[in-house]
Amino acid sequence: MRPVLRAEGLRHRRGGFALEVGSLEVHPGEVLAVLGPSGSGKTTLLRLLADLLPPEEGRVEGGFRVYLPQSPPLLRRSVLENAAFGLRLHGVPKGEAHRRAKAMLERVGLGPRAHQAAHTLSGGEAVRLALARTLLVDPEVLLLDEPTASLDPSHVARVEDLLREAAREGRGVVLATHDLFQARRLAGRVLFLLQGQVVELADAPSFFQRPKDPRSRAFLEGRLF
Amino acid sequence: MEAAELWEITLRSLWVAGAATFLAALPAVPLGLWLALRGGGGLWGRVLLYAGMALPSVVVGLFLYLLLSRSGPLGFLGLLYTPYAMVLAEAVLAFPLIASFVLSGARGRVEEVRLLVRSLGGKEAQVLPTLFGESRRTLAAALAAGFGGAISEVGAATLVGGDIRHHTRVLTTAIVVETRKGELEAALALGMVLLGVALLVTALLVLLERE
Repeated sequence: MRPVLRAEGLRHRRGGFALEVGSLEVHPGEVLAVLGPSGSGKTTLLRLLADLLPPEEGRVEGGFRVYLPQSPPLLRRSVLENAAFGLRLHGVPKGEAHRRAKAMLERVGLGPRAHQAAHTLSGGEAVRLALARTLLVDPEVLLLDEPTASLDPSHVARVEDLLREAAREGRGVVLATHDLFQARRLAGRVLFLLQGQVVELADAPSFFQRPKDPRSRAFLEGRLF
Repeated sequence: MEAAELWEITLRSLWVAGAATFLAALPAVPLGLWLALRGGGGLWGRVLLYAGMALPSVVVGLFLYLLLSRSGPLGFLGLLYTPYAMVLAEAVLAFPLIASFVLSGARGRVEEVRLLVRSLGGKEAQVLPTLFGESRRTLAAALAAGFGGAISEVGAATLVGGDIRHHTRVLTTAIVVETRKGELEAALALGMVLLGVALLVTALLVLLERE
């Protein structure tokens, strides 16, 4: 199957920190979890894959991809206008954008809140709104930076359902997360980063049950921070 | 002073200051946003802009007088001692105020807005209009500051307007005239009207910002 995202020989340096990723492919319908302690380069990798950072070396190619930061910025507008914003950026007329945004808000459970100010939403609702806005522009690849980091379990479950749906629709999902349980629940493959280096890229079951690298084992056992 | 003349002076003050604010905002708002997008315009850019807020109004008035006087390079326009010359002078003074307010307000939102636009596949050129839409509160504050600066201005307005009764007299210049004549009650009344007008326009802008 043709990958929706392919990165080759990526290298990015900032100050004393360097991120290096040899070869990476993401296929349609796949969820790839990016794991690693804080400062391991997860966000940098996602931003490189999203073309938000220029790599010093290497290249990223693939389909239309969008990036959802850990604290998704919301515009000082209504929930509906926030949801429709991506479509408007891509030239969809206002009426059509709002119609599609309304339908998507219903899908993510925010329909009744369409006309209230976005800044009045709770953290979990804000993430669902940002996810709705992201899905509306119909990306082939979703690059998500710890989307459930500060959410309560009920919101985490709803966001995870949306991610499963996105993958079922054939999108590639790259999910940076600190939550090992979430990675187990969602991911088909895992990429484990440590100090900017790929320690392991493996199928999720083998990574969690039989990690090859001692550093992966230490991380899974909570001995690596 | 007759009530009719008070109305005339008040309305003239409003339109001169309003037109000056509008004229200054046309280049000042895009400049403030553009500088915010470019990381604030650098230290010297900001120093220049902020220094502009302290421009002595009589110096601005003097320069404009030299430009607009019959023997000056723009003398052929015949603008000296007209309300249009006062609009120009007040616009020059309001310009750095508005641009600085827009710059300070928008700077804090630039990275967030840029990340939002770019992360959804938008182009860099779409960041500026988005930032403009997000800076409504800043714009209201900037316009209020510009209008406040313009309507309370007296030095440049006197130099290029000449304080001609029924022609270029505005609230600030009328206060000076009445005080010089010893008509302190009239001067105080005009001062109250000026304060009321400034308060009313600012309140309107704040209400607009909340809408």
